[in-house]
Amino acid sequence: MTVLLLDKPFDPWHELAQFEKKLRPGSVGATATFVGTMRDFNEGQNVTGMLLEHYPGMTEKQLDSIVERAGQQWSIDDALIIHRVGQISPGDPIVLCAIWSAHRAAAFEACRFLMEALKSEATFWKKETLSDESSRWVEKNTPGYST
Amino acid sequence: MPIKVKFFGSVRESLDRPNMSISSEDIATALDVWNITTDSTPIVDQVLCSINLEHRDFDYAVNDGDEVAFFPPVTGG
Repeated sequence: MTVLLLDKPFDPWHELAQFEKKLRPGSVGATATFVGTMRDFNEGQNVTGMLLEHYPGMTEKQLDSIVERAGQQWSIDDALIIHRVGQISPGDPIVLCAIWSAHRAAAFEACRFLMEALKSEATFWKKETLSDESSRWVEKNTPGYST
Repeated sequence: MPIKVKFFGSVRESLDRPNMSISSEDIATALDVWNITTDSTPIVDQVLCSINLEHRDFDYAVNDGDEVAFFPPVTGG
């Protein structure tokens, strides 16, 4: 189970390919992934950049707890969360969640759980820069489901 | 041991407070920490708190050497 915070752009598909190299061939029957990407629009306005603030120490602890709880609730072989921090540009991947499991039900459900729990518990805050060069804090998440 | 206090996100900006350490004297709960460090600023918008890196309610006990943080609702992902 791996949790990483990165302060520079990353390629989620490269990271997945690298991570899978350590899995035993044939041990996994299902892989579920989610990639969240920064949009250039939000709440009716054009967004040109974002600062993603986090709470060093607590953020990692919350993400570790989320992965641990996923492992307690579903039969999973491995899990990966990579999340950006710092300055982000439109089109940049913000988050990667991935679950490897023997079967698809656990993979789908655990991956969804990782994302929804992350969005409601992990200590990140987004500050958007708008096209008029003003900035604003994102006050709430778009709808998902509660964990 | 002093209590470490941290602020994040829009809470930090609106309060214009740096992170700080305060004496644990007269501190029983996270609300006490908030009141002392913000001059009892009313919690008008949703403000959350953590103690020792765990989400807690404002009435949770705070002890010597604890780290208390205040921040808005999280918006990661």
